[in-house]
Amino acid sequence: MSTLLTCENVTKRFGGLLAVDNASLTVEAGSITGLIGPNGAGKTTLFTMISGFAEPTSGRVMFEGRDITALPAHIRAAQGIARTFQIVQPFAGLSVHENIAVGAYLRHAGRTEAMDKAEAVAREVGLDAMLAQPAGALTVAGRKRLELARALATEPRLLLLDEVLAGLNPSEIRDMIPVLQAIRSRGVTILIVEHVMQAVMQLCDTVYVLAQGRMIASGAPGEVAHDQGVVEAYLGHGAARKMQAHHEAKS
Amino acid sequence: MRTGLPVSLVIVVALLAALPLAFTANTMLNFLTFVMIVTLAAQGWNLLAGFGGQFSFGHAAFFGMGAYAMAILQVRYGINAWLALPLAMALGAVVGFFLGFLSFRAQLRGSYFALVTLAFAEVFRILANASSFTNGAAGILVPLKTSAADFQFADRRWFYWVALAFVALVLALTYHISRTRFGAHLVAVRENEEAARALGVDAFRTKLKAITLSGAITATAGCLYTQKFLYIDANLAFGPWISVEALLAPIIGGMGTVLGPLAGAMMLLGLGEVTKSLFAMLLGGSIPGVDLVVFGVLLILCVAFAPQGVMGAIKRFSSRGAP
Ligand SMILES: Nc1ncnc2c1ncn2[C@@H]1O[C@H](COP(=O)(O)OP(=O)(O)OP(=O)(O)O)[C@@H](O)[C@H]1O
Ligand SMILES: [Mg+2]
Repeated sequence: MSTLLTCENVTKRFGGLLAVDNASLTVEAGSITGLIGPNGAGKTTLFTMISGFAEPTSGRVMFEGRDITALPAHIRAAQGIARTFQIVQPFAGLSVHENIAVGAYLRHAGRTEAMDKAEAVAREVGLDAMLAQPAGALTVAGRKRLELARALATEPRLLLLDEVLAGLNPSEIRDMIPVLQAIRSRGVTILIVEHVMQAVMQLCDTVYVLAQGRMIASGAPGEVAHDQGVVEAYLGHGAARKMQAHHEAKS
Repeated sequence: MRTGLPVSLVIVVALLAALPLAFTANTMLNFLTFVMIVTLAAQGWNLLAGFGGQFSFGHAAFFGMGAYAMAILQVRYGINAWLALPLAMALGAVVGFFLGFLSFRAQLRGSYFALVTLAFAEVFRILANASSFTNGAAGILVPLKTSAADFQFADRRWFYWVALAFVALVLALTYHISRTRFGAHLVAVRENEEAARALGVDAFRTKLKAITLSGAITATAGCLYTQKFLYIDANLAFGPWISVEALLAPIIGGMGTVLGPLAGAMMLLGLGEVTKSLFAMLLGGSIPGVDLVVFGVLLILCVAFAPQGVMGAIKRFSSRGAP
């Protein structure tokens, strides 16, 4: 496998706060890579630097071997990096179809092609029944799907998903997991920030753990779950037991 | 509804074109022409603010630039009016580009952007009022020539039809834009700039394109004003009145809709005129500024009961009626 994305010693400082502290990470092409960590660990901040919404205080971001650290967000989107927002950002006044079409216009200049592409993406994420609805009228689950659909419509090579499962009920999560797996299986690499552990375990090939801005562990999900440092710094005892049980049940 | 829009545009323009055949009084023709001029200015505003979400309080800057360029090019440089027109439009575009470049580069949004546009228009007004190049406070008189070759018409109907033609062109342009990638980008920037950028939209470029086009359109309204009244001064050309009417018409008519500026200008100026003559009839004399009261009341009613304007109300009504 080749490397699609690398963060090299990336640091982001907000005044006195080190939100991301010398963090490094690699995402292999074709993988689903997880990024986990407690609240306020700096996961979203790292995403904003990968997607071009903030420049790191120091460090480099490389995409397909090129240094993209200084490129603005829309250029990175054109190069194949798409992100979703943890706090969903729908174009509330537009229909679901028009929302997705904005993404589709990136690779399709004509209206007919963009609208067709948007419809195909909506079908892929299960929004096709809601195409004509105003985005503002969607449920939480619907809005999360819309975030995903818009990003997918840009036909990215790397998809950055920031807690797309948060706020969904267990059955909605169960519905989403195959959708994400299908996206990966048609060649889109995914970097996913997620608190829903069951999903991380099921989806990810590799997991990175960020705590207080520092990358404290990485590896296969099973290994990371057993890492004593991770358990101490992040998971807490209850969660550790749950994951242990889950792991044993699987093996 | 959507596929019906081009049809309704054609019907509306045809009806407007037929109006002078029914109403032949000079005052009526003057009024209708004035409505077209304000509509054109408002269409410029609507493209930038209604579609792009960038609220300007200073569209007088573009209107006045068009009006003054039209007058100065003819009077000072002896350029034919039909040639002066595209030059004045281009100047409006340049002012739009320049103003946009400065404000959007500096990431100005919302009320900050609005205040900068207001300041721009006021600076232009003060300069035009003081400079000898613009003939200072005396204003500029364009000599009467009354020939179509000089963009002046013996028959008032012809001027109205020309003004209507410009409005119709911008209606078609706006409709076309609303169905292109640029239009989608513009609306996306209005709804949520961050999300738009994440989807590959160059927000700066999109806004810059919109304000350049907006400047050209509103400058065209200024050109028509000069040719209609053959006199301008700083307060007519760069005064706040046109900034206010250019934004009130689309707000009342429906921001970000193709027909909103036209519907709003009709309603705004129509009711203003009706009130003025009503008061004149009742009191035997006119009360200056009574139409402004009407504008204020209309705005309040709109904000309270039809936040999407007249076009929004029509849309809601017709979609409720449909099965
Ligand atoms: N623009 C900003 N200005 C100042 N501080 C910020 C800014 N953005 C994030 N922070 C701070 O940086 C730290 C990391 O925040 P971040 O949102 O990246 O965490 P996170 O890992 O995504 O958390 P969560 O799981 O809650 O989403 C937090 O302490 C946050 O308050
Ligand atoms: Mg976060």
